[in-house]
Amino acid sequence: MTRRPVDTGDPERLYTVTGGRSRADDDSCDLVTLIVSECEPSPAMQSEHVRILELCRAPTAVVEISAAVRLPVTVVRILLCDLLATGRVTARHPPVARFRGSLPDSDLLKEVLDGLRNL
Amino acid sequence: MDSATSELPGFTPLGRDSANGLKIVIVGGFGVGKTTLVRSVSEIRPLNTEEVMTQAGVGIDETAGVATTKTTTTVAFDFGRISLNDRMVLYLFGAPGQERFWFLWDRLFAGTLGAVVLVDTRRMSDSWYAIDRLEHRGTPFVVAVNRFDDDPSVYSLTEIRQALALDPHVPLVQCDARIRSSGKHVLLSLADHLHALATARETTP
Repeated sequence: MTRRPVDTGDPERLYTVTGGRSRADDDSCDLVTLIVSECEPSPAMQSEHVRILELCRAPTAVVEISAAVRLPVTVVRILLCDLLATGRVTARHPPVARFRGSLPDSDLLKEVLDGLRNL
Repeated sequence: MDSATSELPGFTPLGRDSANGLKIVIVGGFGVGKTTLVRSVSEIRPLNTEEVMTQAGVGIDETAGVATTKTTTTVAFDFGRISLNDRMVLYLFGAPGQERFWFLWDRLFAGTLGAVVLVDTRRMSDSWYAIDRLEHRGTPFVVAVNRFDDDPSVYSLTEIRQALALDPHVPLVQCDARIRSSGKHVLLSLADHLHALATARETTP
């Protein structure tokens, strides 16, 4: 696997993409939150938004969007905030978001176990 | 076709009904085989991305008592994916184990089911910090010894458990991270462990 740097040491580029913002308004999108497009891209949209809408025709995790559009996760979160706020995408949040020191219930873990056994 | 997905060889979309994203973190020192393990079990070629971290200078002696300084660091990590069924998809993250990446851990570990600590017996001390950190966080984990062909020392699992000062209830397995069935065995050990912990908790009044 070849590694190409996402952050090319050109912060201006990233600030342009995010309209000058350096953090998302809320931290609701986990790395594995699945994003789904609710509309088709329109020509007036920013190109990064267009790419996200195209990618997310099928549910796509935040981290996969980041890898596909070659932008850091932090930047993708900001872009998603815009799209979520305008209803252009919806988010399917992880069932076990942000628990600490506790486990999900055994039914969910049984499904994980069964899924892995069937690999 | 000018869709974004056509520009991405190896990009395989998830099924329509996918709704539950889950994660497991694989930690270990540099070169221990984290990405190899991810690759052997992932349904997609492992992908790589970056997180830009802005952190306050917490816990750094030089900044104590001084106005908080902020530093921005870019951290790269690899990940792969396993569709468990129509609704559930499991993401595997290869996390850098070095101490200076501790702030990335907190973000990756938020909401993780559990962790795999991958160990190279030639550099066992690389794993101490990871194990310590997981215990401190209360994140359930298993330890997998990646057996390298050119490793002259053939420590038994008992010896390795002692060297790592590993709690008796933490599962310890050996694997060859290059082999899919072996990687699958590691993930099953973790899932078994998690299921047993959850069942025990639910049946304890």
